[in-house]
Amino acid sequence: MSSVVTSLLVIVFVLFSLLTTASLLIWLERRLLALWQDRYGPNRVGPFGLGQVLADMIKIFFKEDWTPPFADRPVFVIAPTFIVITALMSFAVVPFSPSILVSDIDIGVLFFLAMSSLGVYSVALAGWASNNKYALLGALRASAQMLAYEVFMGLSLMGVVAITGSFSMQAIVKAQENIWFIVLQPIGFVIFMIAGIAETHRIPFDLPEAESELVAGFHSEYSGMKFGMFFVGEYIGITLISALLVTLFMGGWHGPFLPPVLWFFIKVFFFICGFILLRASLPRMRYDQLMAFGWKLMLPLSLLNLMATGAVILWSS
Amino acid sequence: MLRKMFDVLEGLYSHLRSMGLVLKHTFAKRVTVQYPEEKPPLAPRWRGRIVLTRDPDGEERCVGCYLCAVACPVDCISLQAAEREEDGRRYPEFFRINFSRCIFCGYCEEACPTYAIQLTPDFEMCEYNRQNLVYEKQDLLISGVGKYPGYNFYNVAGLATKGKPKGQHENEDAPVDVRSLLP
Repeated sequence: MSSVVTSLLVIVFVLFSLLTTASLLIWLERRLLALWQDRYGPNRVGPFGLGQVLADMIKIFFKEDWTPPFADRPVFVIAPTFIVITALMSFAVVPFSPSILVSDIDIGVLFFLAMSSLGVYSVALAGWASNNKYALLGALRASAQMLAYEVFMGLSLMGVVAITGSFSMQAIVKAQENIWFIVLQPIGFVIFMIAGIAETHRIPFDLPEAESELVAGFHSEYSGMKFGMFFVGEYIGITLISALLVTLFMGGWHGPFLPPVLWFFIKVFFFICGFILLRASLPRMRYDQLMAFGWKLMLPLSLLNLMATGAVILWSS
Repeated sequence: MLRKMFDVLEGLYSHLRSMGLVLKHTFAKRVTVQYPEEKPPLAPRWRGRIVLTRDPDGEERCVGCYLCAVACPVDCISLQAAEREEDGRRYPEFFRINFSRCIFCGYCEEACPTYAIQLTPDFEMCEYNRQNLVYEKQDLLISGVGKYPGYNFYNVAGLATKGKPKGQHENEDAPVDVRSLLP
């Protein structure tokens, strides 16, 4: 009985902290982008402009939730929920601390990879159901991009899995007690980070929603809270990738003095700021460059990394 | 192959460098002027809210010549001239500027022969009601001299006014008797 209550509490904690983070990220991103462009950003509503989050939410809830008459209505309505659901599901396997963890399944890493692959459906279906050529182009790009980057995203994690000898997230974190995997797997870390940015389609890889080319890409036809779902999904995606970078490469909740949950959040916050810095500084890639970069550089590199890791493990055993 | 690897490394370096340069802006001074708390400095010749000034004696400078209304490209000035009973000095009976039309071009100030109408460094004149942007004479008239402290049109105009015949004004010679110059 008590274990049920505990896991319910953990689920509520995870959902609450995630949705809060996702909404606060809107504010954080605007403030940080402004900081790096020598502006102030939203600083009027409430202390430090934090009330902007609430104002934005109220605004987006009261917007007209319009479905275009030419759209495929059921799919159009369902598509935005996918991206949020899959991103939230992935958090089920992320260990926040030794005890705060929704489910420590043996195939945690695989579960995450499966969920992030399912996330493609959201974008692809949204673009398809919109019945709009820009949305379709965005969806096509997103599908191709996510397929390409999914492959070496998985491969880049295999080094970590091979060292730990387990797919379980908690086991991976525990294996980093003495040395973080970023030291043992620097190439894996970089590849996973690049793939993660591409998975969340953030700035250097934001071709699916390239404003200057495709209006708004796959969510051109979306408005109101349906658009808000894509927005929230993107921010949860950023949090997810940051959380996984921390869990798999940066020692998870390990850290001196402070409680483990706090360490986890500090590290995740650091990576989120890194994502925003990327957005502030880098331009968008060209589409063919993106594909060439994925297939011709990152994939061989991740394979080489995996082979080298395997060789070293065999050598030392 | 080597060339390609070098290209990749160079690209990596340039990306990291641009990220570092952006990160340095964390400590840069922000260019935003936080307006209501922090007022931007306005130039002394800023063309803002229009006022009607008075001469050093405290009389209205405006003589109701309509030149401002003629010069105004958007026709936002309207006035009616009148003459004072006791000395025949002209003044505007009403003077109305519709600031919802005014484009603050300053042509009225340029046209004014008596320095009466002047533009001031003030732009904060928002209203919730459009009708409130129509300024009447009592809203426009200030009790000061504006940009030209010593200037009094009637002292240099060469016109006879009450108590001052021709030739009695500032820097003015006595009137020449043209007939006396005849041979």
